[in-house]
Amino acid sequence: MKLSKLLAGAALAIGLASTAMAADKTKVGFIYVGPINDGGWSQHHHESAKKMAEHFGDKVELVYRESVPEGADAERAITQMALQGADIIFTTSFGFMDATMNVAKKFPKVKFEHATGYKTAPNMSAYSARFYEGRAVTGFIAGKMTKTNKIGYIGSFPIPEVIRGINSTYIHAKKANPDVKLSVIWLNTWFDPAKEADATQTLIDQGVDVVLAHTDSTAPLAVLEKNGGYGFGQAADMIEFAPKPRLSSIIDNWAPYYIQEVQAVIDGTWASHNAWDGISTGMVGIGEITDAVPADVKAEAEALKESIAKGEYHPFTGPLNKQDGTPWLAAGEVADDGTLAGMNFYVEGVEGSIPQ
Amino acid sequence: MIRLEKRPQPSRAWSMATPLLAVVATMVFGGLLFAALGKNPFVAIQTIFWDPLFGEYSFFYRPQLLVKGAPLVLIAIGLSLGFRAGIWNIGAEGQYIMGALAGAGVGLAFYPLDAWYVFPLMVIAGALGGWAWAMIPGLLKVKFGTNEILVSLMLVYVAELILGSMSTRLLKNPEGYGFPGSRNFNDYPAGNSWIAQDLGMHWGVAAALIAVIFAYVLLNRHMLGFHIRLSGEAPRAARFAGVNPARLILLCLGLAGALAGMAGLFEVAGPAGQINIDFNVGYGFTAIIVAFLGRLNPLGILLAAALMALTYIGGEIAQDNLGLPAAAIQMFQGMLLFFLLALDLLTNYRLRLAVKERT
Repeated sequence: MKLSKLLAGAALAIGLASTAMAADKTKVGFIYVGPINDGGWSQHHHESAKKMAEHFGDKVELVYRESVPEGADAERAITQMALQGADIIFTTSFGFMDATMNVAKKFPKVKFEHATGYKTAPNMSAYSARFYEGRAVTGFIAGKMTKTNKIGYIGSFPIPEVIRGINSTYIHAKKANPDVKLSVIWLNTWFDPAKEADATQTLIDQGVDVVLAHTDSTAPLAVLEKNGGYGFGQAADMIEFAPKPRLSSIIDNWAPYYIQEVQAVIDGTWASHNAWDGISTGMVGIGEITDAVPADVKAEAEALKESIAKGEYHPFTGPLNKQDGTPWLAAGEVADDGTLAGMNFYVEGVEGSIPQ
Repeated sequence: MIRLEKRPQPSRAWSMATPLLAVVATMVFGGLLFAALGKNPFVAIQTIFWDPLFGEYSFFYRPQLLVKGAPLVLIAIGLSLGFRAGIWNIGAEGQYIMGALAGAGVGLAFYPLDAWYVFPLMVIAGALGGWAWAMIPGLLKVKFGTNEILVSLMLVYVAELILGSMSTRLLKNPEGYGFPGSRNFNDYPAGNSWIAQDLGMHWGVAAALIAVIFAYVLLNRHMLGFHIRLSGEAPRAARFAGVNPARLILLCLGLAGALAGMAGLFEVAGPAGQINIDFNVGYGFTAIIVAFLGRLNPLGILLAAALMALTYIGGEIAQDNLGLPAAAIQMFQGMLLFFLLALDLLTNYRLRLAVKERT
């Protein structure tokens, strides 16, 4: 009897939590994988969230949770937010996907938005940015700026998102400089300043003079500032390292998307979708290119950015072969989103293998 | 002048009292920390210790305490046996990962077969996985006299790398569009550790309770338990009593590894649901705090794990409701161990008001 009473109570409370909310302010929740001051990924989601809250003023209440581990803890964090009456919850790391899905099933009236995943439900959207478009621009600059013809890449996890970035970087560095070589170090973490600094130093010791990172902290730039070499801001502008070593940056700007989605919830027009936007909508921004970059290179890089924004050029345009030499895209052929979404191979010319 | 004087015998009363005093001291100094952050310390402490049990949404949090506490109990029980014998296994986190990998691997190999024996086989594989990983520092210590603290700790990082590799290759969900992570065990009833998900009951909770009883009986009623205690408290006497140190080292490490491995398996097959690159969240390390907070006593460990789970869940609520930073909650938990170790001094020493001798 105790058991059934408890369950009935739970069901009732969940029901109440999801119906009672429509009355007052729209409550918007965010779940971050890192601390909100990581200087990169989570911080930028949080800043975009704050911009969204400012935009709506009194109409919206912002709640968030930082440093949420992926897995069972994430599911509890999301459930907790839903219980406390959030109307829409953004979960901002790939690893939150299944947890978000499980909670979405229990709270059909709450809207969920999961970043960088692929699962959707009637009340759960997926959203992601085409960072590889930005990687094309920074890769191009890196190819032009290297004097040793060696550029380095700090990879987090060997997932399609990161592999796309590496391929796009290499393709465009090679366009800028046919002799360029790319070395990749995998860290198996999104955020670990000590490891990121070590990896940067290792790359410098190997003769690399331009380092690109797909991890979240500013540690690589700090090492480059001390020991020479160039780098780029990742996720955040990291302008404090300009003009050297930071030459430019890839900025995640989620604010317009957050405003659009929260507006849809307020208007009652929210619908599940799978959004994948790039430079054209402003979701991917290219930070100011500093004067350390020669004017002609800067102009070329900006032209590349423009052509991507206008849709005239796709960073994955043939002819391109896979690393083992098998043909992938014929001349003029453009990669389809399905292949890109599941990309698990290097393009021809990238050295090393994807750790598996 | 106050000076410390070694007690002839460790004080039983202080040994019981220090965990409680440590909790009180943590509340006081944690409260000061929260006040310094501009939050009402009384509300914060209430949120952490009261709300998960009796607050508005306690129907949801109480089961979560079981989910959070069960792996801590299982791992800490195993560790406490070794710690009592003076065998310092710091690598339970790695054994937890390897157990989860071995157990999940067996489960995924059977997918989608729906048979009653799948889950028991997963549990056995999980225990074996953790046991095998713990045997590495064990055998190295027995054969070459290496330090088990260093070896077991370093093997945690090796296990994390294997976890990364497994999630992106061998155990990767074939229907996952190339993304890392295994199939989700919540979609595979035959390989699922939940008994009643809404109540937070999974086989790991049951196993944790059995482990407590088992450890209690072992330590108090069994020759082996006597040998374990004797080796830690009086190594020379243990040798005279015919204790084989090599056997004891392998046994203690093996038991701890097997329990940690089972904890990993129960976690992956239920609350976590899948093998993924960030599967481990530090239970193996937190369990060390739990083991000492519980005085290496099985019943104490049960209470300590409950307290630790409470600070986790309550700390999360405090983050949401009061906007406390996650780091402040981690500091709060760290204080608990700090005060416990500091106050432990009083178990072995007493304070004496010393009168200076005149000459």
